[in-house]
Amino acid sequence: MRFVDEYRDPAAARIVLEQIRRLVGDEHHTFMEVCGGHTHTIYRHGIEHVLPEAVELVHGPGCPVCVIPMGRVDDAIAVAEQPGVMFTSFGDMMRVPGGNGNLLEAKARGADVRFVYSPLDALRLAVEHPDREVVFFAVGFETTAPSTALTLLKARADGVTNFSVFSNHVTIVPPIKAILDSPDLRLDGFLGPGHVSTVVGNRPYRFVPEQYGKPVVTTGFEPLDILQGVQMLLAQRREGRCEVENQYSRIVRDEGNPRALAALAEVFELRPHFEWRGLGFIAQSALKLNSDFAAWDAELRFDVPGVRVADPKACQCGEVLKGVIKPWECKVFGTACTPQTPIGTCMVSSEGACAAYYNFGRLHREVSVSVGAGRPS
Amino acid sequence: MCLGIPGQLAELVPGTEGQLAVVDVAGVRRRVNIGLLEDEVLEVGDWVLIHVGFAMSKIDEAEAEVALASLHLLGQAYDEEVEALRASALGEEAAS
Repeated sequence: MRFVDEYRDPAAARIVLEQIRRLVGDEHHTFMEVCGGHTHTIYRHGIEHVLPEAVELVHGPGCPVCVIPMGRVDDAIAVAEQPGVMFTSFGDMMRVPGGNGNLLEAKARGADVRFVYSPLDALRLAVEHPDREVVFFAVGFETTAPSTALTLLKARADGVTNFSVFSNHVTIVPPIKAILDSPDLRLDGFLGPGHVSTVVGNRPYRFVPEQYGKPVVTTGFEPLDILQGVQMLLAQRREGRCEVENQYSRIVRDEGNPRALAALAEVFELRPHFEWRGLGFIAQSALKLNSDFAAWDAELRFDVPGVRVADPKACQCGEVLKGVIKPWECKVFGTACTPQTPIGTCMVSSEGACAAYYNFGRLHREVSVSVGAGRPS
Repeated sequence: MCLGIPGQLAELVPGTEGQLAVVDVAGVRRRVNIGLLEDEVLEVGDWVLIHVGFAMSKIDEAEAEVALASLHLLGQAYDEEVEALRASALGEEAAS
């Protein structure tokens, strides 16, 4: 483990923390970490408790499982229950509740629902079962959307006609803009998402400093990455700069992955609007198959109810996803809603803020409250 | 699904026009699609980050080790993802 030590080195972390303390000044700083992977690292390593109190991290909408509205899960179940359909999904989506239960329950009722690791697995099932209609439940940001695009290109090239995609792919920039336009929240900057930026690059975030006057630092997933991201945001504020910077340059390039972007452009087009859990309808925030791929579009091939379902009253995933409340401030957190029996999406995925906090953060918080330790003076 | 898993390139699969490679992931060899890295120079021994069966980025050995260490910390979620990758159908048939 030669290299891990570099990213977990307590001495290095102390140096960055010292820089952070010097940069904080008298102001309060509220930064949003956009990506669920960041949230996971922050809770897992207790980063909230080593940062000065004046630096507040709020969790953003970057967990693709968490932002799928209940109505889309019901649509998925409706397709899965049609005769002859073999419905395929990533494992993360199987326990996400809709208004009409989840996919696992649909499977128990007799629907042929299968979990796949990759859209290519779904395509192969279609080739192996020519008498069945294989539908792939596509979810995810630009991190997974290119995989769906390449799979569709292969389906077309191979002439596989009993395969279709129920696309719920979403894009990362519109929700950031929606959050910036939201009156609920005052943010001072963003820790930009890591993996999704390997595809989209850093350029799409330029509107954040240019139009909203907030800095963005694309950040990696190690504890030291997060601390450096915070340090870079603070340095920009202190120096009166406001720009997009790249802490994660060992993976993320400014131009992203042009090959992946080209595949997206070839297969998908933007939907006029798409509903996000907690954020409501956001214009041009999701991807549907374009007309060249109509023959592979499950929304055109099957009867999809498209009914909007309100979240359960008790569930506050929306406020959690916007960073308005912390997971533990939700009324059902850890009582009615747990990873075993999730009410809301944020408790389902391991990248969801509530599940991450339930699994790790709670311990850190209880420990630090009970012993009065953790936060340096 | 969001987890990127590092794998080390063991061989390029001939006859797939550079679309498929055999990658060593956590001690198990799997085929993955490398079509999104067509602009990169990929050689046996290189490391890539794999999302849902597709290599999304070329990474260096240091990053691969760090990413693996982080993934191990995830415990069950990581085990499930690797198990899913192993059970995945990206085998011989997918190459044709």
